[in-house]
Amino acid sequence: MMFVLERRANPSFRMAIASPILAALGMMVTGFFLFSALGKDPVEVFYLFFVKPLSSTYDIGELLLKTTPLLLCGLGLAMGFRANIWNIGAEGQLTMGAIAGGGVALWFGDSDSMWAMPLMLLAGVLGGMIWAAIPAYLRTRFNTNEILVTLMLVYIAQLALSWLVHGPWRDPEGQNYPQSRGFGDAETMSVLIDGTRVTWGIVYALGLALVAWVVSQKTIAGFRMQVAGMAPAAAAYAGFSEKRNIWIALLVCGATAGLAGICEVAGPIGRLQQQISPGYGFAAIIVAWIGRLHPIGVIFGALLMSLLYLGGEAAQMGMSLPSAITGLFQGLLLFYLLAADLFITFRLKRVRPAERIDPKPVVTLKSAA
Amino acid sequence: MNPIVPMIASTVVAATPLIYAALGETIVEKAGVLNLGIEGMMLIGAVAGFAATLATGSDTVGFMAAAGAGVALSLAFGFLTLNLQTNQVATGLALTLFGIGLSAFVGHNLAGTPLPPLPPIFIPGLSSIPIVGDLLFRYDIMVYLSLVLFAAVEWFLIKSHAGLTLRAIGESPSVAHAIGKSVLTTRYLAVMFGGACAGIAGAYLSLVQTPMWVEGMSAGKGWIALALVVFGTWKPARVVLGAYLFGGVTQFQLFAQGFGLPIPTEFLSMLPYAATVVVLVIICRDPKTILLNQPASLGISFHAAA
Repeated sequence: MMFVLERRANPSFRMAIASPILAALGMMVTGFFLFSALGKDPVEVFYLFFVKPLSSTYDIGELLLKTTPLLLCGLGLAMGFRANIWNIGAEGQLTMGAIAGGGVALWFGDSDSMWAMPLMLLAGVLGGMIWAAIPAYLRTRFNTNEILVTLMLVYIAQLALSWLVHGPWRDPEGQNYPQSRGFGDAETMSVLIDGTRVTWGIVYALGLALVAWVVSQKTIAGFRMQVAGMAPAAAAYAGFSEKRNIWIALLVCGATAGLAGICEVAGPIGRLQQQISPGYGFAAIIVAWIGRLHPIGVIFGALLMSLLYLGGEAAQMGMSLPSAITGLFQGLLLFYLLAADLFITFRLKRVRPAERIDPKPVVTLKSAA
Repeated sequence: MNPIVPMIASTVVAATPLIYAALGETIVEKAGVLNLGIEGMMLIGAVAGFAATLATGSDTVGFMAAAGAGVALSLAFGFLTLNLQTNQVATGLALTLFGIGLSAFVGHNLAGTPLPPLPPIFIPGLSSIPIVGDLLFRYDIMVYLSLVLFAAVEWFLIKSHAGLTLRAIGESPSVAHAIGKSVLTTRYLAVMFGGACAGIAGAYLSLVQTPMWVEGMSAGKGWIALALVVFGTWKPARVVLGAYLFGGVTQFQLFAQGFGLPIPTEFLSMLPYAATVVVLVIICRDPKTILLNQPASLGISFHAAA
């Protein structure tokens, strides 16, 4: 008895939905064995990861709080990935958004101006866009690979932030901690639900998800990008400009990631400091993939990833497991997802030895294993 | 002592991990596979090498464990991209994210423990020549082995039959397949070689350069190695030259301190990353350079149609 993979006549929509669920299950099974091997009670760990974050208003607030930057970055990245534009530097764009928006907040000081918050958000968005414009310009003008450039700019942005909070923007009364003054009341985002820390950021993020959905499904710009990703030759033949797609994809992601950055520093953090994101921009790559590069799917992807972050924190505090467990699960999840995605375009077919193998067996699992 | 000598010596040490990682990736890409997971494999190599050396006291065991760990991770990449034909860019990113997470998880209890560094080789006679001895004959064994590796890779790609096959597979896998070469086997071997090299590069960081384990200690060096392959236009000699140039850039901090330049350290630390961007622009500016040198099937999955 042997199995062959057979190409489906059409990609399976049902499998595209099922694949993230399979990947999450695969991750949980691996986690079960890992925790058992470490001598921890897997049931207790699963409680920390999947039940506790949903058990009180405060916890749900934390879930939504972490969902915000993941959703914002994931939306922007998904748009680019759909058009085969590999921006992997959302983390840097997020950092630049935080720097630009945070700079405006510090400039306002403790003022009660009603302009402070709108200008901060605008500066955050622009900061992220400027940072994303660099790879867009280099790719369209010099044909420079955007993967490497966006990634290099992550390190540069983080070092710039580090310099600012160690140097010119350091709080003079902060006992030499590398952090800025705390933002004033008018420069801090108001809390959405009493008794939690979740801010209006999640409302912006969900609103943008709806906007992204409409844009990708109903506008010519969204259509062009979709064609460019699925059939580059057809896009070129139709005269769709690749350069325009690159600019749109990078600037949009820069804007959403920048917004995520300012929402973080003007929200739960409340000041600029050296560490403002535990890798949200990188985790958002997985979020986009889990969400099938679809704006509504990305919402679910961001919620799942947020659970992983909270679970990692809880496991660190409650079970003295390293918080790095979050990163480990993130990577595993993406691995399983990529593997499960095989079955969107292929199906497993059982053949008996005597039976003639289908004319086009692409991969035989026997040789694969 | 002449301040130039330690500067050059530290440049060589800084360049060595880049040489290992970039030469490994050169072979992988020459076979037509783009593995963006170097950063992840380096970190796994760094933590595996450190743990093994800490446990056994032997650096040799450390480097072997690091190479083994790199190969193990590269096999996961190979299975996904070569057997299951997943997108190479996405899978490479997954490998990096996974490697960052796994290394931090495994190395949780190792952080901060120091190890004695790998001693330099002292060659009687040669090492005591003034200046020349300090410049050429006072490095650890891995520095010399990186040059051996360079010679081997150069010979393999240009002179050997297997190297010719590998290059042919990178250019046109369907043609190579048609004349009876196994694309799958060759690509698997290339990916494993890249994994071993990246693992060793990582262990060089945790056993020689620092020498200790710090979470995320590769700090983008895996990505710089990827850029070096492009910078070297897939030619080993240029890749090695590029690695030394970048080694010099990362040591600019020493130069600046040596000359008393009042530049904040953050700006000096930005230099390698900024230099990577500049170098990529210079190389990619002329599309012909890339078109002529890049393996034609780089990053494209291949499946033998019956």
